[in-house]
Amino acid sequence: MDMKRRDFLKIAGLTAIAGIGAPTAFSRLLKGEVDGGAAYASGGEGAAADSNRVRLGMVIDVKKFNQYKGLAQKCIDACHQIHNVPDYGNKKDEIKWLWQERYENAFPEHSHYRRNEELEKMYFLVSCNHCDNPPCVRACPTQATFKMKNGIVAMDYHRCIGCRFCMAACPYGARSFNWRDPRGRSADGRPFIAHVNPDFPTRMRGVVEKCNFCVERLAEGLPPKCVEVASPVKAMIFGDLNDPNSEISRILRSRFTIQRKPALGTHPSLFYLI
Amino acid sequence: MLEKALKGSKTYWTWIAVLLGFITVGVICYIQQFNYGLGYTGMSRDVSWGVYIAQFTFLVGVAAGGVMVVLPYYLHDYKTFGRITVLGEFLAIGAVTMCLMFILADLGQPMRALNVLLHPTPNSMLFYDMIVLNGYLFLNIICGWVVLHSEYKGAPPPKWYKIFAYLSIPWAFSIHTVTAFLYAGLPGRDFWLTAVMAPRFLASAFAAGPSLLLLIAIILKRNTKFDIGEVAQNKLCTIITYAAVTNLFLVGCEFFTAYYSNIPGHMLTLDYLFWGIKEGTEVKNNLVPFMRFSMILNIIAIILMFLPQVRKDDSKLVPVLIAMFVSLWIDKGVGLVLGGFVPTPLEHITEYTPTLGEILITLGVWATGFLIITLLFKITVDVKVMREN
Repeated sequence: MDMKRRDFLKIAGLTAIAGIGAPTAFSRLLKGEVDGGAAYASGGEGAAADSNRVRLGMVIDVKKFNQYKGLAQKCIDACHQIHNVPDYGNKKDEIKWLWQERYENAFPEHSHYRRNEELEKMYFLVSCNHCDNPPCVRACPTQATFKMKNGIVAMDYHRCIGCRFCMAACPYGARSFNWRDPRGRSADGRPFIAHVNPDFPTRMRGVVEKCNFCVERLAEGLPPKCVEVASPVKAMIFGDLNDPNSEISRILRSRFTIQRKPALGTHPSLFYLI
Repeated sequence: MLEKALKGSKTYWTWIAVLLGFITVGVICYIQQFNYGLGYTGMSRDVSWGVYIAQFTFLVGVAAGGVMVVLPYYLHDYKTFGRITVLGEFLAIGAVTMCLMFILADLGQPMRALNVLLHPTPNSMLFYDMIVLNGYLFLNIICGWVVLHSEYKGAPPPKWYKIFAYLSIPWAFSIHTVTAFLYAGLPGRDFWLTAVMAPRFLASAFAAGPSLLLLIAIILKRNTKFDIGEVAQNKLCTIITYAAVTNLFLVGCEFFTAYYSNIPGHMLTLDYLFWGIKEGTEVKNNLVPFMRFSMILNIIAIILMFLPQVRKDDSKLVPVLIAMFVSLWIDKGVGLVLGGFVPTPLEHITEYTPTLGEILITLGVWATGFLIITLLFKITVDVKVMREN
């Protein structure tokens, strides 16, 4: 039985590589491992599609962020600081992992006549969605961006050739490119990275980067930095979407959440509590 | 045979010198870009591909366009094109070389380009693009060189090369199809997400490629003893006309789908390209003059191509062919790629203007391509004239 299952997954993996992702989800349905709803939440590519695996996700409580002004900016600053994200002071070279957008930009397909006034004023934290079916991973010609077993969409900065196909492919604008040397200084001598965090690599020019769900902190048993900063008011909830007993699963079961561009079939792992 | 490229008129050497001048400037600018990073260009986080990728996309079409003289000769035994198939193949060599150079110029880490081979990734369209482009370059070098060298020797070409000639025909279609798939398979870029992208690419390619070929042929006719002949010229005109009509039809289909469905995502980019979009109080419209000019020029060129008095008179045909080529270049080499980034997936409007250095690198690559084409055509013409007299 074990052997057969492995063979089946192999074939399913091959068909997924050939561009037909459906059989993997189908094979899981066949085995009765999951119900239809959960299959939707985890219908990715290749061997990773397994509801037994961990799939990390995050709920962002928008109301709390708007209640506690300045909290979002604190999360952003903390994230950018520990990840050595450079600040060039101009929009053209800009690199950002986590940032804020208005409702109409975060959810452009939701725009309609006479929206809730409160919603109009709100800002939404956005970043990489760590999609279960990531278009950027599909587009990358060198596997420099890839999906980890726990659902994180990660980057290998040393393999990236800087073709920026992933940037064209990402429907969330989550990716940034190092247009110049992030380790350098501006004309007036200001270093682009104010305080280098020696525990995380700085990047070189010519490669793409984005939010990594703090994979380096998770390895040490710590939550993502933004989640930690937001933890006193529980504005962000991080956890395993496939564990029915996790806090995030309980919230998703009991509260109404929305996702960015769900119609594209990317299956984001970020959810918004409005 | 190569020695033919070393003997030429004063005009020939002046032309070579001009090209070398542009190449030198391009190389200097590229060294600057290499040392600074791609921030040297006008590209940004929101518009992450610029003129390099746009030129690449257009030139894949020019390369594929060469098949319009190769196909009738090999598949339909259309003998009239026998004398120019080599020109079509050599044009493709120059164009594909430019494509590869534009890709390299656009890479953030060009020294790592071979990672595409080290870590082959069959789910990426760029992987296939690498295969088809290099394959097409290889096929055209073989076919063009073998046929011409046999002619030089005064012997019939070996039979084995025909396998490659036949293979190069579907291959030409594949290069532009795969290039279209780079764009047409991306979610969240509504302007590119269209099934007619590949057909449209092919149609515009089969108009632009032969236009350039015919222009060069007319230049050769005036300056050398090599004449492709009236029949071949007329046939090329017919091919260009109907390919251009097909392209215009497909563009019309895009407009219909966008504006009749009235879906904002599908309309926004066309709005930006042809009318400009308002963001706040500011109207963003830096591509509008180009796109309108391109559209009008294209329609005029198509109408004129239908008139026999234009086709039969070189002095009238030349400007029309230039108009055709330029209009298709703006459409694909400017609007199509840049337009896909406006608005961004978050519906912000960020405009892009290439920097001077970026333009000079672009001109340097074009000059390199034209240098290759010039040398190859010079050899071809000398061999043909030598044999035919």
